[in-house]
Amino acid sequence: MIQKEGSVRIPSGCAIAAVISKNGERMTGEPIIRAMKPMHDRSNGLGGGFAGYGIYPEYRDLYALHLFFDCRDTRKACEAFLKECFEVVRGEIIPTRKMPEITDEPLIWRYFVAPLRSVLSNLQLDEKSFVARTVMKINTEMKGAYVFSSGKNMGTFKAVGYPEDVGAFYRLEEYSGYCWTAHGRYPTNTPGWWGGAHPFTLLDYAVVHNGEISSYDANRRFIEMFGYKCTLQTDTEVITYILDYLVRVRQLTLREAANVIAAPFWSTIEAKQDAYEKEKLRYLRTVFPSLLITGPFSIVLGFDGGLMALNDRLKLRSMVVGEKDDKVFIASEEAAVRAMEPEAENIWSPAGGEPVIVTVKEGMF
Amino acid sequence: MTKRKTEKIRFFKKSMEKSQKGLYNMIIEVGELDHRAINEALRGTDREVTLSGCMGQRFICAGMSSGNVEVCGIPGNALGAYLNGAHITVRGNAQDAVGDTMNAGTIVIHGNVGDAVGYAMRGGRIFVKGDAGYRAGIHMKAYREKIPVLVIGGKTGSFLGEYQAGGVIVVLGLSKDTRRIVGNFPCTGMHGGKMILRSDCRDLVFPNQVTARPATPEDLAEIQGYVAEYCALFKETEADVLRSPFTVITPDSKNPYKRLYVAN
Repeated sequence: MIQKEGSVRIPSGCAIAAVISKNGERMTGEPIIRAMKPMHDRSNGLGGGFAGYGIYPEYRDLYALHLFFDCRDTRKACEAFLKECFEVVRGEIIPTRKMPEITDEPLIWRYFVAPLRSVLSNLQLDEKSFVARTVMKINTEMKGAYVFSSGKNMGTFKAVGYPEDVGAFYRLEEYSGYCWTAHGRYPTNTPGWWGGAHPFTLLDYAVVHNGEISSYDANRRFIEMFGYKCTLQTDTEVITYILDYLVRVRQLTLREAANVIAAPFWSTIEAKQDAYEKEKLRYLRTVFPSLLITGPFSIVLGFDGGLMALNDRLKLRSMVVGEKDDKVFIASEEAAVRAMEPEAENIWSPAGGEPVIVTVKEGMF
Repeated sequence: MTKRKTEKIRFFKKSMEKSQKGLYNMIIEVGELDHRAINEALRGTDREVTLSGCMGQRFICAGMSSGNVEVCGIPGNALGAYLNGAHITVRGNAQDAVGDTMNAGTIVIHGNVGDAVGYAMRGGRIFVKGDAGYRAGIHMKAYREKIPVLVIGGKTGSFLGEYQAGGVIVVLGLSKDTRRIVGNFPCTGMHGGKMILRSDCRDLVFPNQVTARPATPEDLAEIQGYVAEYCALFKETEADVLRSPFTVITPDSKNPYKRLYVAN
């Protein structure tokens, strides 16, 4: 029997890519699939995935829950549970393409839902906290069911396989969005299961990650104090929850969150000329020492209306950024940027710990 | 391998045979060939070859001991790994780990390079017109007459010459931006070889085990050789490049780790 994520840890090379239109122009999934082709050798066929933003405009006010089920009974039980706390506006099978490269697929469904007002007022929770809590509940308590996407007007699509095949499997050419992120997986710590593929998401945050963080357990112990449950033993999951905690719960700016997880060395902070910046960096390192992420990583965090790319402070992974007109392209390799846009300009590599934040113009998404 | 690829390789082998008979210049359209097919097509030719339309294929020219290869498009990681005498010219940017563990030969990049250029190189020369990423020249080493040389025309990221054990790293800092010539933490763990930076380096902090000093007349004679070669390759004016302070960095001891081990 195949062991699933979370049941075993094997002591990552991966590929990441992203594209965003600052004008909010919608692109199909084709360019981002193209980006993954020259980076084929960075994955080993044990996981690929994509996140698209702005892909469900007709349901923009509803949470789009994407779920894997192991069998029909699990689905029925989960649907009954969902109906207790959500108004389920629509539930359907996510369309896929049968292809020899992708096998052993679970049941893959999506539900467009709105939390019931009565439930929210009973629990005295805001909408987002309630959805986050429900996702955690399903993923930890409901065996055989796994929510792998839970944001509004966005969706994650992931599977075991090479990313370009996963993109074709989910028919991403039929969707269009203003921002896409992608991941090709080379799992080194866990066996590689559908749920363990990237992106890892919570609400509208989706993280794709290349690397292997050595602070996983320290970060996990800290973040689990705030109701997050790390179920999969993969480091990307904990990065997603850290960013949700810092940005949504603690209301830090993205740049501040980047300064927490990829904090500069004390010597670098002390050498800063700007007294305000120096004090701020000191403060963030002092208040959130357990959320410093060590070890190699390059990540792209997608969120409603933008994205942030970030390398670990030692820059032990590669990342290249390019631009063309209103579009920004990010990838592990320049070849992938060129695959999306052969004429890409201003190709550069952000320094370790230097966040690249791109947002869509106000009101354009 | 797909059928299409096999057919392509057959086509290239044929065209190669043709070109070996008489033509001097050969163009290989890379297309969808993977790194194995490209290197197979390259092998057995000592002539001028142009690889056209590269798109991230790794290990191009790996281990090649002769020949003259021009690369157009974006070569993938570890270009010229274990290179053993061949000459490579890249017409644009290159990605990570150019010249990984190369032994001999020359790599010329007419653009920027990614991280870890010259990774553990132990011979030959690399010239980069533009900037380099992090960890340029990491763990370069030398042995007797084998002295690798890495010349970077622009600026570099942090950890330049990390664990450098031998060879020469030259950074000219010619790119026009306000960044420092090198990022943070240059020479971390450096214990051999030499580094030459075209700067007074007042804004840089070096670790304790190295000495940074202004270049002496003997150093300048050596520097002039590297600069002349760089300027000839990339059409810069030698006098302009030399009109600047230079700093030479060397490790303090030949074997800083000696005291860590028991003498036997």
